[in-house]
Amino acid sequence: MAVGFIILAHEHLDRVAQVAGYWAQRRSPVVIHVDARADDEDYRELQDGLARFDNIRFVERRACEWGRFSIVSATLDAATLLLSNSDDISHVFLASGSCLPLRPLEEMNAYLDKHAGTDFIESVTTQEVTWTVGGLDLERFTLRFPFSWKRRRRIFDGYVKLQRRLGISRAIPEGVRPHLGSQWWCLTRETLEAILTDPDREVYDSYFSTVWIPDEAYFQTLVRKHSTMIESRSLTLSRFDFQGKPHVFYEDHLQLLQRSDCFVARKIWPRANLLYREFLGGDLKKLARIEPNPRKLDKIFAKAIDKRLNGRDGLQMQSRFPKAHLWNLPRTCASYSVFEGFSDLFSNFETWLEKRTGTRVHGHLFNKRTVKFAGNATIYNGCLANSAKLRDYNPEKFLASLIWNTQGEHQSFQFGPADRQDISGFASGDPNASFFVITGAWAVPLFHSKLNFQRVRRVAARYQSIEARHVNWLRQHEVRAHVNIWSLAEFVETPMPILQTILDGVDPTASRKLTEVPKMADLTGFGQFVQKLKNEGMNPHSVGDFPLGRQSDQPVSPAKPYAVR
Amino acid sequence: MRLVGLLSSYKLRLERKKRRVRALRKSRELNGVVNRTADLRADDILLFCTLRNERVRLPFFMEYYRNLGVGHFLFVDNGSDDGSREYLAEQSDASVWGTTASYKSAHFGMDWLNWLLSKYGHDRWTLVVDVDEFFVYPFCDTRPLAALTDWLDSSKVRSFAAMLVDIYPKKSVNETEYHEGQNPMEVAEYFDAGNYMISRNKKYGNLWIQGGPRARAFFPNAPERAPALNKIPLVKWSRRNIYVSSTHTLLPRGLNMTFSETGGEMASGCLMHAKFLNSFEAKAEEESKRKQHFADSFEYKAYKKGMRQNPSLWCKWSEKYINWRQLEILGLMSKGNWI
Repeated sequence: MAVGFIILAHEHLDRVAQVAGYWAQRRSPVVIHVDARADDEDYRELQDGLARFDNIRFVERRACEWGRFSIVSATLDAATLLLSNSDDISHVFLASGSCLPLRPLEEMNAYLDKHAGTDFIESVTTQEVTWTVGGLDLERFTLRFPFSWKRRRRIFDGYVKLQRRLGISRAIPEGVRPHLGSQWWCLTRETLEAILTDPDREVYDSYFSTVWIPDEAYFQTLVRKHSTMIESRSLTLSRFDFQGKPHVFYEDHLQLLQRSDCFVARKIWPRANLLYREFLGGDLKKLARIEPNPRKLDKIFAKAIDKRLNGRDGLQMQSRFPKAHLWNLPRTCASYSVFEGFSDLFSNFETWLEKRTGTRVHGHLFNKRTVKFAGNATIYNGCLANSAKLRDYNPEKFLASLIWNTQGEHQSFQFGPADRQDISGFASGDPNASFFVITGAWAVPLFHSKLNFQRVRRVAARYQSIEARHVNWLRQHEVRAHVNIWSLAEFVETPMPILQTILDGVDPTASRKLTEVPKMADLTGFGQFVQKLKNEGMNPHSVGDFPLGRQSDQPVSPAKPYAVR
Repeated sequence: MRLVGLLSSYKLRLERKKRRVRALRKSRELNGVVNRTADLRADDILLFCTLRNERVRLPFFMEYYRNLGVGHFLFVDNGSDDGSREYLAEQSDASVWGTTASYKSAHFGMDWLNWLLSKYGHDRWTLVVDVDEFFVYPFCDTRPLAALTDWLDSSKVRSFAAMLVDIYPKKSVNETEYHEGQNPMEVAEYFDAGNYMISRNKKYGNLWIQGGPRARAFFPNAPERAPALNKIPLVKWSRRNIYVSSTHTLLPRGLNMTFSETGGEMASGCLMHAKFLNSFEAKAEEESKRKQHFADSFEYKAYKKGMRQNPSLWCKWSEKYINWRQLEILGLMSKGNWI
């Protein structure tokens, strides 16, 4: 037994002729419907070109519009014509003008012989459907849709709203449970005949004529009434993108299509000569009896939709520019760490961190004079320059670019009140950022500096207020960065566990024991220094509670005070 | 708020109309050299280009775009004296207009092109590029331009962004020889992968991108003056459209929305910009004297100075250009949901 084909076409009729001829030559009957709005000249050419095949027939042309019943009517006409003229077909395959067979016809016939009596049609209840356009699923069946969605969208939408407000819900004909599915099916002769000759057909036709997108519902619903065996999937490889339009295949998809093992694919780009040549060339590779496997392609479709809807995290470019207030989006592409105060407190912090974690550690990237890249590089990954002016022209993009350009390598950098502060808001709202902050640590280099005390006091006051503003960003409600803040006093009290936290935080996957510690600055006399600041009328609260006499009781000197545990 | 919005829409509408009138007025400066537009087929993709003394570059330029499937070339020749005009007039798929009027006072040639666009581009896909710009789009190595425009049509997208990516040689620019017919992307094969700055222009709604080798080498102390790299060269043209400044900005504003604001990626391409070949120094010299370019040729002055100090743009982080997939992975362009 053979399979017969219905082709619904509306453009590129030269391709339709090729495909119809291919099937007809292999002794499968074909019925073609061409949209009444297609060019008449092209139509005549199509008819003339196929005149030599006595098993190709044409049905009367109707004007078909997307989403309306005319497409179903055309299909019903074609099915009637096909069945009444071909007694020897067991299945009818519904194809479009942009379909292309991917496997030899004998294989398809053999497959259908093996599945005699099975209807291949995607048919799912409205509850299961996730892909409807315009968010209408069950309402497709309970509202009326007399207006064109493509041409009269506003009236269409308005009428839907009106019906909703009035609570209109029309009755679904008895004995029918709404189902939806792909328009492209392959039904058995028996099922199709039963649908065509159903005594209630008039009722159904009139009901479906105001259902929305009936070509995805008419057969999908009625097949449930008549079929004895439904295989709810389409034999046509066809997928919709996020706008609800079918993906198109091009010449460079040749191998993918070959490997899909599907029988028919749509849509094919009409100018993809190579595909038409390869698949209609007559010597398709025999694949034995392999089941169609569109899954490989589905992965590609899913990726494409994800890229269009979600894109790549942290990428800001000419065709992806998320609105600033989209707080839930990561602002960079990978995690990074910001260290504040550590290089003030430890003389060799950067080398220590780089050595202990094997990650990249920069100096003060936002230093006012120049960008302090790791190793004092003047230019960095992706050709980022160390010019402070270039950086400050768009500091947020500078940071995002650095993280983007160094993917695969964790970046850390130093930050403090002497730096440009522009990125505080950006980074504190970025879930990829981890902040490790020792407030008041800026006082340590001041304490060691030889500046005159009045100057030190002024600088200290300025740093403290800058730091306070920055820390406010980190403490606000919407912060999305990981934030750890210690005052200097807290930190020197228990540096070991904190350093361990940092090692774990920079690279959570590797558990690194704290076997070597960075060299802490000498804090002997620091308590008095803090007191002196207080005496001068400044309150260095960010340093924390630093007891005056602590150094004498428990000297926090670099030699032993915090030992390796 | 609403009123302000209406007012600014109205202002832009006026601006658009003014520019259309201006384009019409400036069209009088153009003299037809060869007009073969009668041969245009309905689905031809048209390329529009203004040039001056680019004879050496023309053969490869035309070959490149013919291979992509451009159907017809429309050139405005701004006073070439190196045989460019004669060469173009001989090409069977080109129409040529000539003018010796001021490039600057014609909005850097845009008035002329706006007029040609409205006259010949209506309801067609149009590509506006310079002779040193090579359009790269997703799958351009396997699919002709018509595949892209068909897909854009079906996606209801009317304009397509392609940012400038400056390419430069490893050797110093003035030591790099370019011969007629050579692929400039093989002579100047390096580019900056990740030093671009981006912000949004409130008035026109388009993105403003700067950066790359020109910003870091010539404008490290004046980044605000670094040239704009954002471009929208491919547009389904309509008589109502107008290019406002070069191909950076269009009106109506909707055409500038070539990006997603909700985190997704729309499809986009790149214009590989082969400005930095050995002819560049002479060009910078000439253009800084002619003062026919933007901001009194400040850009060319900066180049001249920069070229004297450091004639190579190459650094150890420069990326060697391979293909569009590389640009996609680097995040300079995107295939969006086109598979």
